[in-house]
Amino acid sequence: MADAKGRNIIGTSFRRVDAVGKVSGRTQFADDLTFPRMVHMKLLRSPLPHAQIVSIDTSAAEQALGVLGVLTGRDVPVPFGILPVSHDEHALCPDKVRFVGDPVAAVAALTEEQAQAAVALLRVEWKSLDTIAGYDDALCSGKDQIHGYGDDHNFHKKVSLRFGDPEAGFKEADLILEDTMFFDGNTHLPMEEHATVAVPEGDGRVAVWSSTQTPHYLHKALTKVLGLPAPWIRVIGVTNGGGFGGKSDPFNHEIVAAKMALKLGRPVKICLTREEVFQCHRGRHPTLMSIRSGFRKDGSFTAQHLKTLLDGGAYGSYGVASTYYTGALQTVTYKLPHYQFDGARVWTNKPPCGPKRGHGTPQPRFALEVQMDKAAHVLGLDPAQMRLNQLQPKDSVTANWLRIGSMGLGACIEAVRRESRWDERRSKLGVGRGLGIACSSYLSGAGLPINWNHMPHTGVQLKLDRSGGVAVFCGQTEIGQGSDSILAACVAEVLGITLQDIRLCVADTDLTPVDLGSYSSRVTLMMGNAAVQAAERAKEIIARAVAEELKVAATSLVFAERRVFDASNPEHGLSFADAVQAAEGRYGTLGTTGSYTPPRAPGRYRGAGVGPSPAYSYSACIVEVDVDPASGIVRVPNVWIAHDVGRALNPASVAGQVEGSIYMGIGEALMEESAFRRLPAKLSSALVHKFPNMLEYKSPTFLDMPRVHTTIIEEPDVNGPFGAKEVGQGPLLPVMPAVANAIFDAVGVRIDQVPIHPWMVFKALDEKRRGGEGRYGPKQFPAIDYGDCLLVPTPEQGGDGKARNADEIGVRSGTMSDTAKKGKPC
Amino acid sequence: MPTVLNLELSVNGEPRQLLVPPHHSLLEVLRERCGLTGTKHGCELGECGTCTVLLDGEPVLACLVLAAECVGRRIETVEGLSVGAELHPLQRAFADLGAAQCGYCTPGMLMTAKALLDENPRAEEMEIREALAGNLCRCTGYWKIIEAVQWAGRILAGDPTPPAILREPSEVKGGCSHG
Repeated sequence: MADAKGRNIIGTSFRRVDAVGKVSGRTQFADDLTFPRMVHMKLLRSPLPHAQIVSIDTSAAEQALGVLGVLTGRDVPVPFGILPVSHDEHALCPDKVRFVGDPVAAVAALTEEQAQAAVALLRVEWKSLDTIAGYDDALCSGKDQIHGYGDDHNFHKKVSLRFGDPEAGFKEADLILEDTMFFDGNTHLPMEEHATVAVPEGDGRVAVWSSTQTPHYLHKALTKVLGLPAPWIRVIGVTNGGGFGGKSDPFNHEIVAAKMALKLGRPVKICLTREEVFQCHRGRHPTLMSIRSGFRKDGSFTAQHLKTLLDGGAYGSYGVASTYYTGALQTVTYKLPHYQFDGARVWTNKPPCGPKRGHGTPQPRFALEVQMDKAAHVLGLDPAQMRLNQLQPKDSVTANWLRIGSMGLGACIEAVRRESRWDERRSKLGVGRGLGIACSSYLSGAGLPINWNHMPHTGVQLKLDRSGGVAVFCGQTEIGQGSDSILAACVAEVLGITLQDIRLCVADTDLTPVDLGSYSSRVTLMMGNAAVQAAERAKEIIARAVAEELKVAATSLVFAERRVFDASNPEHGLSFADAVQAAEGRYGTLGTTGSYTPPRAPGRYRGAGVGPSPAYSYSACIVEVDVDPASGIVRVPNVWIAHDVGRALNPASVAGQVEGSIYMGIGEALMEESAFRRLPAKLSSALVHKFPNMLEYKSPTFLDMPRVHTTIIEEPDVNGPFGAKEVGQGPLLPVMPAVANAIFDAVGVRIDQVPIHPWMVFKALDEKRRGGEGRYGPKQFPAIDYGDCLLVPTPEQGGDGKARNADEIGVRSGTMSDTAKKGKPC
Repeated sequence: MPTVLNLELSVNGEPRQLLVPPHHSLLEVLRERCGLTGTKHGCELGECGTCTVLLDGEPVLACLVLAAECVGRRIETVEGLSVGAELHPLQRAFADLGAAQCGYCTPGMLMTAKALLDENPRAEEMEIREALAGNLCRCTGYWKIIEAVQWAGRILAGDPTPPAILREPSEVKGGCSHG
């Protein structure tokens, strides 16, 4: 609603609609819910990383005090998974466990303590299998297979794509750099532990209240495993206490809770412990990378060949998409005429990796931005200017067929350069202090849905009440990013009413139109467009009625200040409530819908579905470090960040998302890692999480947080609502490489992996003192057969978006030969 | 040791009489027996600060305190922060600045900050950071929380001037620096 200065809600730092509930403790998260006769459930999780289940004896547990029911894998035999190509999980493992933490049985009891005590009475006989601990084990086939499907023994997925003619590109290069880099795994660590309450409704139906980012996909998984008609299952996505991608998969505990509730006829609650949250994981894939780039003397790229190897953990999860994402967005920031990407994901006996903030793109972005810094150093160029000189143009198509719309990276680089006084201060800060720059880009929603279909990705429905209130229905899920507020603001803005006039009903598969979920930074753009469309349709209906009532042209009506009035005579108008009544009197009960489907992407090759987006956000980041050469300890006093968000719908929220991204980036750069260790032989030798707790899994505190100097760049994108693009993930991406580059500026050593621990810096400094190259990082990338390479001519080569050898290669069947199953001996 | 204790607790100034097993934490009792789910939990091991409440005005981790230890002491939770419908200055500042994103760590942050401001409404930035260092937040990057505590402190000390970002929102475009 316009204020006295004519400002509307959109573009102002309005108070979020969920703010008062959250500061008063009134907002209910999943574990805050209780229902009459509710009982509690606990899971028995595997203590072994890889084993056959020979037998499970549940008799003692069933007899224990307070126990009402026990379930095992036999009760939920249907597999599920987030991607249609990898339905490889079971709600309870029927015959085999694949990591320490895989669920095996469930017990429901009157109290949580009773359920926990009964879990200890379950007796399982195991037969241990080879533990695949990491890349070395996974590549060394001949060991036991974790799954019976995939591309080759313990390889889940292999991808090989060549765009243009990289070899010709490398021939044109004045400088070719080849680096091996490693990005370690880390986890989301949402403050809220996952929780679910399943409530049977007595007529065969069940409602599942859960801390999920993706109610729609959980609905699909429940439908499949429970074998019930989809309309009998209702999923309600309860406000998430943080997600970051960690609550985007349908989870075993959610499905088991529903099964148990149906069995017992009582509400069943499960709230995971922090250790179980670490076991659910789906976090950042540890990724080993080989990056080879050709540069001209002016720093521009002639070609790049990127190879990635992802440690996927025990299940598919989003892994096929993650694998593609380690290659997809290398092309959207700088002009890259020729590009080859080879990616592979292996299975290991660790918690499954999946989508964490940035999904598969922070790892290769680190490699790209650090290598550019090295090239700038060799060529004697300013790293900021070198980037500015070769920006991918707006309204262009990249070598791998991604359509770029608005592109504000140049403005971002200029802003951080100016704000940090880069030109005066770089390399001049004195001993141990330095500045580093890196840039990035991210999707504003994925161009294709997970389950391919021709329906919209999101829908919004409005019900206009004769009171003047508007109820807004949408399947989107509030995970802390502020999507509820954006939904309300988009509708209120168009209709000229206040946020308090809006009543939201969200994330309910029974009551709200489908929205695919809070992932890939899709909600503001997609839901926002649907909301604007629904509101514009309502506005049109109301305007028609008011025009008749006031005898003015509908086109001259303004919706503002809870009124509908004649622009040329503002006194001549109706209150919004009267306007709704005028329309309802003429046309009956008022309701409208809006929906959004992304534009079709130009790529037509196999794999072209990962990477397209309606709009790309851009970020530039300069990090200042203070390195103690005696200890290798790195402190970060300042970060300058500029983010091209298209249009800041709520600048305070945008700044909050940016600062939160910087925070998480600093954690990934300097401390956060998913570390594992072997238990001693007398304790089973199992491969277990080293730090499944918040004390030892180090994340930044108030005292570790650098000052953040944020500039919001607004290059409106025609595909975004009011021009808006994403902000929740993109600003994280440049932080890690900017830290590594700043360390080089400070002390002249290269750390080619993250997190960057003090001992790595110390070792590199020590090596340099002894006359070595002064580098810490992986030494070599293993030889991997990535399989047949798809050859895709680029737009510049006059390609049509298709691979020219698609027919020769055909479609991989997904089943592997006997030789592959057996594997080659090491 | 009896299997249940008959405890008389004072929560937000309200008397509560409860039969509680001796090993139950204050966190369990507040959430599951008193229906005060505003206090959250993130680890149950004293690592995250999410369950912070005030005991006789001092911040404590409710997951590490036994309910039985709280008899005769003043327990304050987030539900007791506002006076009627009137939000505490900390709550207003958190709400207006977007210092609560997912909102899960917020009750613990508010209680820790309240203890600090009760002692010193003019706490400096570094004092605020040190006081809150045991409360983890994964969403905000902490700065909006620091600003909110500073602003609330100013309100408590009689100066309600809001931070720059709220005074001229349209000028945020030019940079909202914390430098």
